[in-house]
Amino acid sequence: MPRDPRIWLGGGFILFLALAAIFAPLLAPFDPLEQDLMAATAAPGAEPGHWLGTDSLGRDLLSRLIHGTRIALTVAFVAATLACLLGTTLGLLAGYYRGWVDAGVSRLIDIWMAFPPVLLSILLVAVLGAGLTSVIAAIVVIDWTRFARVVRAETLQQARLEYAEAASALGMGRGAILWREVLPNVLPVVLVLLSLEMGIAVIVEAILSFVGLSVSTDTPTWGGMIAEGRQIIYQAWWVLVFPLGALFLTVLAFNQLGDGLRQWLDPILKR
Amino acid sequence: MSPVIDIRNLSARTAAGPILRDVSLPVNAGEVMALVGESGAGKSTIAKAVLGILPAGIKVTGGNIFFEGADLLALTPAGLRELLGVRIALIPQDPLTSLNPARRIGDQLTDGLRLRAGMNFRAAWDKALGLLNDVHIREPEQVLKRYPHELSGGMRQRVLIAQAFSLNPHVIIADEPTTALDVTVQKQVLRLIRDMQRERKTTLLFVTHDLGVVAQICDRMTVLYGGKVLEQGATAEILRNPRSPYTKALLAASPRYDQPEQSLKPVPEALIAELKREIGA
Repeated sequence: MPRDPRIWLGGGFILFLALAAIFAPLLAPFDPLEQDLMAATAAPGAEPGHWLGTDSLGRDLLSRLIHGTRIALTVAFVAATLACLLGTTLGLLAGYYRGWVDAGVSRLIDIWMAFPPVLLSILLVAVLGAGLTSVIAAIVVIDWTRFARVVRAETLQQARLEYAEAASALGMGRGAILWREVLPNVLPVVLVLLSLEMGIAVIVEAILSFVGLSVSTDTPTWGGMIAEGRQIIYQAWWVLVFPLGALFLTVLAFNQLGDGLRQWLDPILKR
Repeated sequence: MSPVIDIRNLSARTAAGPILRDVSLPVNAGEVMALVGESGAGKSTIAKAVLGILPAGIKVTGGNIFFEGADLLALTPAGLRELLGVRIALIPQDPLTSLNPARRIGDQLTDGLRLRAGMNFRAAWDKALGLLNDVHIREPEQVLKRYPHELSGGMRQRVLIAQAFSLNPHVIIADEPTTALDVTVQKQVLRLIRDMQRERKTTLLFVTHDLGVVAQICDRMTVLYGGKVLEQGATAEILRNPRSPYTKALLAASPRYDQPEQSLKPVPEALIAELKREIGA
């Protein structure tokens, strides 16, 4: 059992968000799309029931925030996992088989990393068309290099160690050694990266929502709420501050979880 | 009786020059053959050539390695893999790095049994318990569930010995199996290897630089220098009556338990120069 509080706090907050996302319709006090122009830009607690206040159309902020976790977490889990699978596979193959496989993957990574990521994602979504699938695709296409680079380096190092040689003296084939011997040693790094990548995916989704390239505007997203809040920041600060806070805490939780996992899974620090 | 492993005129080289020069090394069934030499003499290269795990920079330039009549160097990688672990096994040099740090002892020890002997997990686990008993590890049930970093160096080497013997191979290559251990543990591990080898009549090719180890467990020995065989024969005979001046010098450079006051002599520079001239290095 990990004793690191970062793992428990980070993981706990993410679990809390996941529950909020799953049970959003039950938890949210209002329909997140229901407009009430009579109660527009109500301050937190000013109108009965609207604990976090309302936005410029009188929609309940708390309900929108809760529904917004759905998009944020879906993107975090799906996009990060897919980027992880793609990048880890390519990194393992490049680091283990070396030669032309490595040359190919490494050049691809070099070329990829020369593009500015935010611009590239905006460009990609603009080409693919706005929507959840496009956002996820954009994140996967851009961020697989994070996994591929690190996993390749780690695999190169692990495959050179003597346990891999001992396994081949036991008559294990190359594929079996990669799968059974090298992968378990690379996995801790992958898990840490996966956690950090989920935080990054939440930010990227918020950026794309902010510029209106994510899901359609009738689905509440944190990025979309931030964009709305920015326009009326001098009249109603809460419309901007609450989704920003949610975004901040979520990314912080993913990062803390990742950092905690890094130490916990390190076989040298682990005694 | 024909040798189980018969290395004939084996030569190998790196980009920097030859590292094995015409090595011939017959190992008879059931005997312990020592490969002795200082660092760079080519001991480990020979061991790795037999196992087909030579590093990419080393190329075999001639000769054969016959194992029970078949030339290992002529086998396909898949053909060689059929033999490795099952009929030829390795006891690696460094027990600290030769076990996978991320996998439990039980999972690693049962690899060969499950993948090569086709046992199911339960049967392999039971067999692994027996193997740990054979190498005198106490509480084998607990040890199987542990990770390598939770065991001492001596215990890890015992696990690796158990793994090497697990499929009853005809030949085991021990690549300096005691070098990384401290002296008291060394002795126990040597005795264990010797006992298991005798009991199972395994042929053992024992790579070492320690003449004390050779005297303790090897029937015959081969002395290498610069990739060339200088002397080969029965251990007792060579240690009592070395013919090669290099072997004499090696003996003079080794500590002896019966003469604690002796001064150790390094191998003379002149002799090394002469040897290098002889082998053409």
